[in-house]
Amino acid sequence: MKRRTLLKTGATAAFAAALGAPLRAQDGPMKVGFVYVGPINDGGWTQHHHHSAKEMVEHFGDAVELVYQESVPEGPDAERVMTQMCLQGCQIIFTTSFGFMDPTINVAAKFPDVVFEHATGYKTADNVSVYSARFYEGRAIQGHLAGKMTQSNKVGYIASVPIPEVVRGINSAFIHARKVNPDVEFKIIWIFEWLNPAKEADAAKALIEQGCDVVLQHTDSTAPHAAAKEAGGVYTFGQAADMAEFAPMPRISSIIDNWAPYYIDRVQAVMDGTWESVNTWQGIGEGMVGIGEISSAVPDDVKAEAEAMRDAIAAGEYHPFTGPLTDQSGTEFLAEGEVADDGLLAGMNFYVEGIEGDIPS
Amino acid sequence: MITLERRPQPSRAWSYLSPLLAVIVTMIVGGLVFAALGKPPVEAIRTIFWDPLFGDFASYFRPQLLVKAAPLILIAIGLSFGFRAGIWNIGAEGQYIMGALFGAGLALAFYPSEARWLVFPLMIVAGTLGGLIWAMIPGLLRVYFRTNEILVSLMLVYVADFLLDAMALGLLRNPDGMGFPGSRNLQQYPAAHNAELIANTGMHWGVIAAFFAVVAAYILLSRHIFGFNVRLAGQSPRAAAFAGVSADKMVLICLGLSGALAGMAGMFEVAGPSGQVLASFNVGYGFTAIIVAFLGRLHPVGILLAGFLMALTYIGGELAQMNLQLPRSAIQLFQGMLLFFLLAVDVMTNFRIRFGRQKVA
Repeated sequence: MKRRTLLKTGATAAFAAALGAPLRAQDGPMKVGFVYVGPINDGGWTQHHHHSAKEMVEHFGDAVELVYQESVPEGPDAERVMTQMCLQGCQIIFTTSFGFMDPTINVAAKFPDVVFEHATGYKTADNVSVYSARFYEGRAIQGHLAGKMTQSNKVGYIASVPIPEVVRGINSAFIHARKVNPDVEFKIIWIFEWLNPAKEADAAKALIEQGCDVVLQHTDSTAPHAAAKEAGGVYTFGQAADMAEFAPMPRISSIIDNWAPYYIDRVQAVMDGTWESVNTWQGIGEGMVGIGEISSAVPDDVKAEAEAMRDAIAAGEYHPFTGPLTDQSGTEFLAEGEVADDGLLAGMNFYVEGIEGDIPS
Repeated sequence: MITLERRPQPSRAWSYLSPLLAVIVTMIVGGLVFAALGKPPVEAIRTIFWDPLFGDFASYFRPQLLVKAAPLILIAIGLSFGFRAGIWNIGAEGQYIMGALFGAGLALAFYPSEARWLVFPLMIVAGTLGGLIWAMIPGLLRVYFRTNEILVSLMLVYVADFLLDAMALGLLRNPDGMGFPGSRNLQQYPAAHNAELIANTGMHWGVIAAFFAVVAAYILLSRHIFGFNVRLAGQSPRAAAFAGVSADKMVLICLGLSGALAGMAGMFEVAGPSGQVLASFNVGYGFTAIIVAFLGRLHPVGILLAGFLMALTYIGGELAQMNLQLPRSAIQLFQGMLLFFLLAVDVMTNFRIRFGRQKVA
């Protein structure tokens, strides 16, 4: 009841500041908020975040309570959803889409006692961390498999939103496809959304009609797999989730996001009072990126090569962006033996040499 | 046997009663749907309609009602004139987007100006103009080529949507945004920011404009010859023609008015609550406003109330999602039912139910 009276008195400027303090001291389970951009059963990105969130809850049992909202539009509505979570006493809130960046920063400024974890963004604050996974490591393995498996030498790529993360994935896949198959070409379709099964299916069909027999995707649904299955003889890869229901064909492997260890770690830090704003970017080695079982459709030697690459990346022996590498204009951006630093990767907004077309702008 | 008999005069009592009855029937059927989903129906309805107004954190939610209702009311007021006159602008969503693009575009062209006295008023003009121009396309096409304004205005929504994507990725993209899509945030640009006039009240210029539009529309409809002509054109186009009302002029004025108000709403939204030109900027206000207009009986005061009711279902719906884990689509279904039942109950305005055998006249 104390909370309620406090609220009514602190209605204006002191509103938010006055709120944070009493919420901390509440009894009962710690509330952990999750804001999702898609529905929790999208089969990909959001489903996997939700799955990891539930794993986190399982780990802590009654000590935490999960509060979540699905299909939150990226904009002012997201800001309200986060504020609602703060008001209801969430002590840590995970905002799991790039477009929640500015709303997260805005709400975090109003609730200094609540901590925020924003996925895939770049803006941090005293109470805002960012976290992301090195998906491009998985893309290197996909590229290798795609280059080996394609018969038509045409690989389709369903790209979502033109941000560095997606461009980096395309580059990484392309570099490794070319390495094993100098004739391979990439056909890229941008759909400007993270999740839109109808558009994804259309894009997959268009790519298959153009002769692509491997379709990579940076979108969240299983629609491209269904399209590939229908067409037959087309290889696909699970995205964000294993999508094993489409194995062994068309899905021959996948990149799996495994957020659960990070979520457990961060919630524990809030409980212990040791939470600090960090910028986390982890890959296969740390377990944040998983490579799904390479299916029986892939010949054993190719599978062994891909697994060797996975292990080399995990061990830190191989970096997918190792020079010499040139961009589309032919300018060398990494010299022989040079390895890309995180700054270069984080701001990557150009295609490597050999990819046709332009990044939409 | 039950028959419907046309009333000699539309029933005044029913025309006031039917929105209320529609709300009540929606609550009941909505409750049944929620119960079928295994959620407590009474608690769900209470969460949606009561908690945002009088619940624990009402001091936060009440101002949010203003933020959510203002664009709905502004757009619906504009639409109501056309709907009364039988001119169907279904593309307010597109005009809303164009208003935002024009307004934000102008602000960003002046960036980083400090002359708020110049930039902000010009933004209002530009936003209004943007919506007006977009609405003039179906208007002029109808006047000169007798095209159907319903189809043209609706299709232009998709054109505007693509234009928004292109702007967020291209011309209006934030040059300091590390290659990510989206414009500069106008909230951090004081000359252009449509900030709350008093902190934590939700009162921004768009809310003022919405209230002003309600009053102006009321006067126009009840005291001005234009309002009379609008009603006449809707009820009896032939009589209107004899009275010297030009049907073409009416089309242009009604579409122009609704476009201008929708554009203005878009501009206030992008400069205030939203802040950024993003591909996900529009969330369907232009379509929801159609429900608001009809729910409010196309009457300014009715629209004001309906706008708040709709805003309430949005905010309460979010709360119900978060607290009761109701799926988002159940909330959307709930909102759709509101219009559906209104139209159904509306039959009672023009007809009365007769029990017993129909007499042969």
